[in-house]
Amino acid sequence: MKLNKATRFALFSILELASKPERHLSATEIANKYDISSHHLVKVLHSLVRARLVGSVRGAGGGYRFIGNTKRITLLDIVEIFEDIRQPPAEHEAADETEIGQALSQIMLEIDEITIATLNSISIETFLKTMHYYQQELPQTTS
Amino acid sequence: MKKDKLPNTAESKILKAEESTLIRDAVQEDLIEIIKLDAQNTGIEKDDYWQAAFDRFGNGESGFFLVAETEHHVCGYILGEVRAWEFGSPPCGWVFALGVHNDVREMGVGSKLFDSICLHFKETGIEKVRTMLARSDHLNMSFFRSQGMRGGPFIQLEKNVAD
Repeated sequence: MKLNKATRFALFSILELASKPERHLSATEIANKYDISSHHLVKVLHSLVRARLVGSVRGAGGGYRFIGNTKRITLLDIVEIFEDIRQPPAEHEAADETEIGQALSQIMLEIDEITIATLNSISIETFLKTMHYYQQELPQTTS
Repeated sequence: MKKDKLPNTAESKILKAEESTLIRDAVQEDLIEIIKLDAQNTGIEKDDYWQAAFDRFGNGESGFFLVAETEHHVCGYILGEVRAWEFGSPPCGWVFALGVHNDVREMGVGSKLFDSICLHFKETGIEKVRTMLARSDHLNMSFFRSQGMRGGPFIQLEKNVAD
């Protein structure tokens, strides 16, 4: 599964802000840290403000901060602000109604269900608490 | 700050619950409360299943059957065993039942049970612990994720044999 750009930017922002909820960060600070477009990030942050996951304060010392519940908000909640991963493709694909087409649809549905269950089981708090496990298992790069 | 002077906040309630919860091996007398607790969580009363589970795992030889006790009542349980060489899997710990009373949810009881059974597994030389859950079981899935568990290299498959 590949997440779209806005979803990835939102996840980086939320996880960065939620790691220190009392801290305000500007869009530029987040963009610089993750080497992403600050212009695009501002639009994403506005969506997160509208979703009441992020608060914004104008002026010096202001910026964005996480205001959601780290125990309750899951990765799926954030992903679904930007893309609908629950809905099967609306447009009819060629040969969907054939025996092979139907079996293929069931297999893709199986994969989608696992994706949704996985994203829905990881809260912001769990992600931040357990992300070091993933770093420990990264393959060693040879120089 | 002294423990008995902790303010009555959610955090202090969790601390008190964690401190007052004892994790120990299950005994026959616990079964009544375990059956009740399981029925409360799953909606099905399974007396025979729990008696058989206790007969098999209650002695600590075939597996581990632990309970969480607070104020002389069972408020949680966990069951697990060591499984080996299923389709090439080296010996690993399997957790196949976990239940916590609604009144002590999010107070660290599940974590304490899970930590205890992991310690038992570790003492037998086990390096991995695994479990299997329904995809729709959001509560347990989130719990095990919060304990650092993640998708493993094995996948559960099934087929309808009734037709």
